[in-house]
Amino acid sequence: MTRHFDQDLQELKAGLLAMAGQVEEMISLTQQTFHERSNPIAERIALLDKIVDESELKLDQTCIDLLALRAPFARDLRLIASSLKIVPELERIGDHCTNIARRALILNPQPPVLKGDALRRLGEETQSMVRRAVDAFINGDGAMARQVILADDVVDRLYLQLFSELLRGMLADPLCIERSTHLIIVIKNWERIADEATNIAEEVLFILEGVNVKHRYLQDPPKH
Amino acid sequence: MLACQDLKIEFDRKQVLKGVTLAFPAQKISAIIGPSGCGKSTLLRAFNRMHDLTPGAKVTGSVTLNGVEIYHDAEDPVLIRRRIGMVFQKANPFPTLSIFENTISGLRLSGVGNRGLLQEAAEKALVDAALWDEVKDRLKSSPMSLSGGQQQRLCIARALAVDPEVLLMDEPCSALDPIATSKIEELMFRLRERLTVVIVTHNMQQAARASDRTAFLWMGELVEEGETEAIFTSPKKSMTEDYITGRFG
Repeated sequence: MTRHFDQDLQELKAGLLAMAGQVEEMISLTQQTFHERSNPIAERIALLDKIVDESELKLDQTCIDLLALRAPFARDLRLIASSLKIVPELERIGDHCTNIARRALILNPQPPVLKGDALRRLGEETQSMVRRAVDAFINGDGAMARQVILADDVVDRLYLQLFSELLRGMLADPLCIERSTHLIIVIKNWERIADEATNIAEEVLFILEGVNVKHRYLQDPPKH
Repeated sequence: MLACQDLKIEFDRKQVLKGVTLAFPAQKISAIIGPSGCGKSTLLRAFNRMHDLTPGAKVTGSVTLNGVEIYHDAEDPVLIRRRIGMVFQKANPFPTLSIFENTISGLRLSGVGNRGLLQEAAEKALVDAALWDEVKDRLKSSPMSLSGGQQQRLCIARALAVDPEVLLMDEPCSALDPIATSKIEELMFRLRERLTVVIVTHNMQQAARASDRTAFLWMGELVEEGETEAIFTSPKKSMTEDYITGRFG
């Protein structure tokens, strides 16, 4: 027998999926605005950010209503409690995309600073992490969630590589300091998006397995 | 500590409990949950030998209180019931006795006749049951003048008056409103400081908010037992999860 509550939970999942879709579109547009140097796309990102904010308010209320009216336990409780954490992560990803797009509006008319494709790869890796974290949530795929958590190291390495490159460039050519500073903010925002994808993946594992995998260093004994 | 080992109970050869092994730690509230007919109340009643006089009932296995077998031939069931008190689903004060006489009825049955002692015990039990302030001016009144929640606390006072080590509660709040329920639960928290409390409940929210440990029974068998937080957030067995989330039962 299907419980009425199951329909409520399906609606919550559908709402989260829709919000994740909006955020993924923002990420995709953010990549585009940066690499195609297109200002109209940056304006579209600002519009989507408002829609994502509205989704956050709506889903927050849905979760609070379900907690109050359904008094859930076990996997239902984990799904709703984790949704309350995943929603702000998605909203923050939207904010980071908006931040990157703002920098794109400043940088697009100016000559590029970075050579190579590390910045593009940083965006692509991060985008892939968000997509896989959302897929893991939708499909209940713990293995994929674990892959996302591991992928954060790849993004961190790219971030550090780009940070060093920008720093070296600024030391060598003071004329690129302003553009490089904007780019440091850009790469920091990508790195934060990857962190948020990791947080979502951790919540997925909590929903699926009831195990909190955050801050494992606090649980594992120090290695000597 | 109250414990049972491979406890099997049958009525007219129909097995209701199929070898349950469980321990109820002292100074903890333990909840027993499970669908109707799973054997919760049968298990609870076994803890103060209430099946002794049930025709066709057969109890095998072991029930111990602080390591002593309560089903041993040398153990007097009346004395066992002084040490292991019980409160039922429906408040059952003696309607022809006053509030005071209800409270001390267990002591009177035990042969205590000293008026001073009885008055002292009644006041202590009624204070412990959080009822004293509400009845101290009408101790000679009929218990039937009390509300359902007050009657249930009177029954708890009656059980406490004989100074038990364990208090068994069989769905004690199922007929009470939320305020009366809350008073009983607050009372359970206070009693936990000195007693072992075991409660059977159909109310998942009550088991979650008012117990330290939870045991889930299904068809006469123990499915899972553990810390209440763990049972209600991340149960190990899928059957427990399905039951507490309302997917079966």
